[in-house]
Amino acid sequence: MAVSFSPACLHLANVRYAVGTASSARGVTEILAGVDLTARQGEVTVIIGPNGAGKTTTLSCAQGLLRPSAGTVQLLGQDPYRAGAQLRARVGVMLQDGGLPQSVKPRTLLKHVATLHRDPWPLEDLIERLDLSAFLGTTIRRLSGGQKQRVALAAALIGDPELVFLDEPSAGLDPQSRQLVFALIEHLRSSGIGIVLTTHLLEEAQHLADAVYILKDGAVVRHGTVSELTGSAGEQHSSAVRRLSFAAPRAVTRAELDDAPFALELDSHANRAGARWGVPSITSPADLTELARWWERNGLFPAEISFEARTLEDVFWEVSSP
Amino acid sequence: MSAPDTEAQRRSQPAAAHRRILAHGLYEARLTLRNGEQLLVSLILPLLVLLGLHRAHAVTDVVPGIDIITPGVLSLAVMASAFTGAAIATGFERQYGVLAYLATTPLGATGLILGKSLAVLCVIAVQVVVLGASGAVLGWSPEPLGILWLAVVLVIGAAAFTALGLLLAGTVRAEATLALANVAWVLMGAAGGAVLPLDHHGAGALLLALPSAALGEAVRGATVDGHLAAVPVLILATWALVAIAAARKWFTWK
Repeated sequence: MAVSFSPACLHLANVRYAVGTASSARGVTEILAGVDLTARQGEVTVIIGPNGAGKTTTLSCAQGLLRPSAGTVQLLGQDPYRAGAQLRARVGVMLQDGGLPQSVKPRTLLKHVATLHRDPWPLEDLIERLDLSAFLGTTIRRLSGGQKQRVALAAALIGDPELVFLDEPSAGLDPQSRQLVFALIEHLRSSGIGIVLTTHLLEEAQHLADAVYILKDGAVVRHGTVSELTGSAGEQHSSAVRRLSFAAPRAVTRAELDDAPFALELDSHANRAGARWGVPSITSPADLTELARWWERNGLFPAEISFEARTLEDVFWEVSSP
Repeated sequence: MSAPDTEAQRRSQPAAAHRRILAHGLYEARLTLRNGEQLLVSLILPLLVLLGLHRAHAVTDVVPGIDIITPGVLSLAVMASAFTGAAIATGFERQYGVLAYLATTPLGATGLILGKSLAVLCVIAVQVVVLGASGAVLGWSPEPLGILWLAVVLVIGAAAFTALGLLLAGTVRAEATLALANVAWVLMGAAGGAVLPLDHHGAGALLLALPSAALGEAVRGATVDGHLAAVPVLILATWALVAIAAARKWFTWK
């Protein structure tokens, strides 16, 4: 793991969370099975994982909404479950389901939450950054999903927090709104604010994340920077290749395909000169050497070769597949 | 420590506790008074009951006079805002995650409950003014000293019924809260000793253990006799303590 010099703003150590009792009919169900996670100020920490992996429960423990069955949570150096107003003022929370009162107008809600803080984020600035002005006077019940998301994000930020939790901030957003939200998250990061977010959009995670935690069955199964996870950093560079493709100088025969060291996929419509072939199982320089030997044996030296880098999505599928 | 961290420590302070609670109480009170359904239950239906019973008294002595009816309707109104209204609003806030969100703000769980209680008291103040004035127009003349005791009883009654409402809202689904809170309000108002006094002689004394009967008797004791009815007030206070303890144990934020 790359060393970060930013101060930690959130630290979870072996956090477990279980529901039910041994004597109940369903017994004890362990939602979190020992989560270790550190988020830092001025960084975006992204938690990804399949549905039911424990992302929202992890956030709820970190926010102090749930008390872990075991393990410790340190939020800005304090136990969030026992935290007072001083700590809560330093943290902004956007819940997965928004947490917005349905019969209230966004301006009323934001003005009210601002009064709970001594020195809130200027409301007009937040309205402008999230482009809220068109629906500030509309009852929240009547807003679209994306508009509600932007109001919930504004409600999380109105206290001008040092750390903000965003549970699926881009869910339901159109591309334009997503750009607004991304720009705001970038602004928060550059202002030294710690951001902990969950998302199902792995492209978004890859773009934003300084650190990624992949959860599965209530535990962190892999974590690191995006380049560490995709293998494009340091000595693990070989595994950064997801797939190699080449343009064959002529059609490849059945016998040549049978002789190939790896399964080949025909990318083009027809097997002819210039057709592209894909090799998905290239993972090391040794594999490339073996492939080059096959080209040499069969007089198939390609006119063009390209490598596709592994993405966070590839890592996610490797980790989350059963 | 980096520069952004220093800047961060300078900001993000909560407002003073009393400001947060006052702000939330007034915010919720405004929402309640602007909500048509809440106004119907809190003011319009009690007002209709007051007018209806006053008319009925004109034709039959079975229905008591305005000095008994008005405190009874005040009790009905207190149950409407403190129990039914608070339970339904809180139940849906819980369902939509509003309680969980507010619990993460500087308001916190304690501030949220105190703010809600303050909102209930604000609404009750409006109810007392509107229903009291309407009763006065119809001939209600409460004991002057009893107004002070009325205030004490209403605060204790509000605490008991708000705690019961929050207990209901924090333990069952919002739709079930809606149904139960309305049915319980109608039953307590119609037959629970709130609006019309029950016969508390002999075995009927046990009926005074109902929170609605205790509230009705305490309000009537204050306004009709001008004294603090100790037994009903103690019963109400017990209901308040039990409901608060139960809500602390079983209430869940989402």
